[in-house]
Amino acid sequence: MTKKRAEERYCLGIESSADDFSVGISTFNGKILANVIDAYVPSEGGIHPREAARHHAEVASKVLGGALKESGVKPQNLCVIAFSQGPGLGPCLRTGATVARALASYLKIPLVGINHCVAHIEIGKLAARTKNPMTLYVSGGNTIVAAFEAGRYRIFGETLDIALGNCLDVFAREAGLHQKPGLPFGAVVEKLAHGGKQLIKLPYTVKGMDVSLSGLLTAAVVLSKKGECGLEDLCYSLQETAFSMVTEVTERALAHTGREEVLLTGGVAANKRLQNMIESVAREHDARFDVVPTRFAIDNGAMVAWTGVLAYTHGTVTPIEKSQVRLRWRLEEVEIPWMQ
Amino acid sequence: MKRPALMKKGAEANLYLADWHGRKAVLKRRLPKEYRPKMLDEQIRSYRTIHEPQLMHEAKKAGVPTPIIFLVDHKSTTIVMEYIEGKQIKQILNEVSKSQRQSLCFRIGELIGRLHEYGIVHGDLTTSNLILRTEGKIFFLDFGLGDKTKELEARGVDLHLMKRALQSTHYKFADECFESAIMGYSTVLSPRTSENVLEKIKEIEKRGRYVSERKERE
Repeated sequence: MTKKRAEERYCLGIESSADDFSVGISTFNGKILANVIDAYVPSEGGIHPREAARHHAEVASKVLGGALKESGVKPQNLCVIAFSQGPGLGPCLRTGATVARALASYLKIPLVGINHCVAHIEIGKLAARTKNPMTLYVSGGNTIVAAFEAGRYRIFGETLDIALGNCLDVFAREAGLHQKPGLPFGAVVEKLAHGGKQLIKLPYTVKGMDVSLSGLLTAAVVLSKKGECGLEDLCYSLQETAFSMVTEVTERALAHTGREEVLLTGGVAANKRLQNMIESVAREHDARFDVVPTRFAIDNGAMVAWTGVLAYTHGTVTPIEKSQVRLRWRLEEVEIPWMQ
Repeated sequence: MKRPALMKKGAEANLYLADWHGRKAVLKRRLPKEYRPKMLDEQIRSYRTIHEPQLMHEAKKAGVPTPIIFLVDHKSTTIVMEYIEGKQIKQILNEVSKSQRQSLCFRIGELIGRLHEYGIVHGDLTTSNLILRTEGKIFFLDFGLGDKTKELEARGVDLHLMKRALQSTHYKFADECFESAIMGYSTVLSPRTSENVLEKIKEIEKRGRYVSERKERE
């Protein structure tokens, strides 16, 4: 058999670490052919892991079929199956992993377990064509400032308690706001913040290169329950304060390392105000600024597919017996051979 | 004072090399950050400009070397202080021998112990904020994020941040460095207090996102 060219070799990636079930397909030279996302929207409260997992199981075959159709790739032409192995919610991750194992076994092709955080960084780098950035990765589950150094992504700063996206989501829920498919809580808060005029004093907590967001959340929720401040002003103040904190630590990491590129990735990267702030800091330090496109900002299968290509072509294969999900798999633990 | 030359563009302040009546000095100016709202920006800069020199002064009382403060101007958020002739610990830690590294970290730990014992947390214990002066004294800089407190929580976070800074910048020696620092730290604070602080660090780590410590409980 003659060896196929990179553009004719495909990796299918499955993402299911939290509320989104998604399947993406990437060629071995980084062309994203499909990226189908189906979000679980709870009728009330936050993500219930078991309910979310039930959603994933229900939509799995539809999303999978949709991605194959969108890409025009036949299942027998896939070369490797990648899946989000962690970190994330157990029941959700397990659903994706089960689909991935079944597919790989049936098609008799290799399986690759991917770290979800690495995938967010890699898709950002691919989309923005940036090589070695200081990355701010902000989502519902993570708030991390990291950069590649000696074989791994090293964490320079992170949250000491809750994630930035989680802070915005919980506030929105407690303030009685509602999310809709296509309009997540973050976007609802962003929209309301536009109308905010007065900056309300809220706790600003930067510790070294880390931030703490739980005190800020509590204060904002208490103020919203009191009903003395306008909701628009509160959303505005919450965003300004929280974003200033993560921007400050990103700037600290940038000044500390002297990197020349800054990448903003993860679900909260879709927020325009945060983009402006990080861009301002990049400009200040003569660094290039890039932000991941919105379709790749939220959890998506394309990022897993592309990271699967990187890992597989650099010798990583995950045997079925070692494919159990890793709920607390830290970014720093992952070897990144493709950056050498 | 002569027109100062920009020495370093830091994250939150510009450092200029200045002359203070014939003495070599550093002028630290916290410049406005256009990314954050004006009111928040002014609060942060003004607060840190006032508190940093106070903590530096208190640190000296605790027996921890810090630069002499010559001038504080909170209107222009500027501090003028003594220039410390020497090298950042960040620059030398990876270069020196193992025993030198252990001795340096032990001494750093002792000094952190003195700060904590006196009721100060530094708030940003990275190796770029520590200077080994030519004659051998270790100086502590950048108290902008510091606080006056004896709370166990604050002490734990202070050391946790140091551990994390070692892991990202000196990943090869992070564990041995931190261990030596803790040994030094424990010689200053009572064994019971340092034991409590160590326990607190573990608790803080468990609170964080996806920390290996938490795996044990699953």
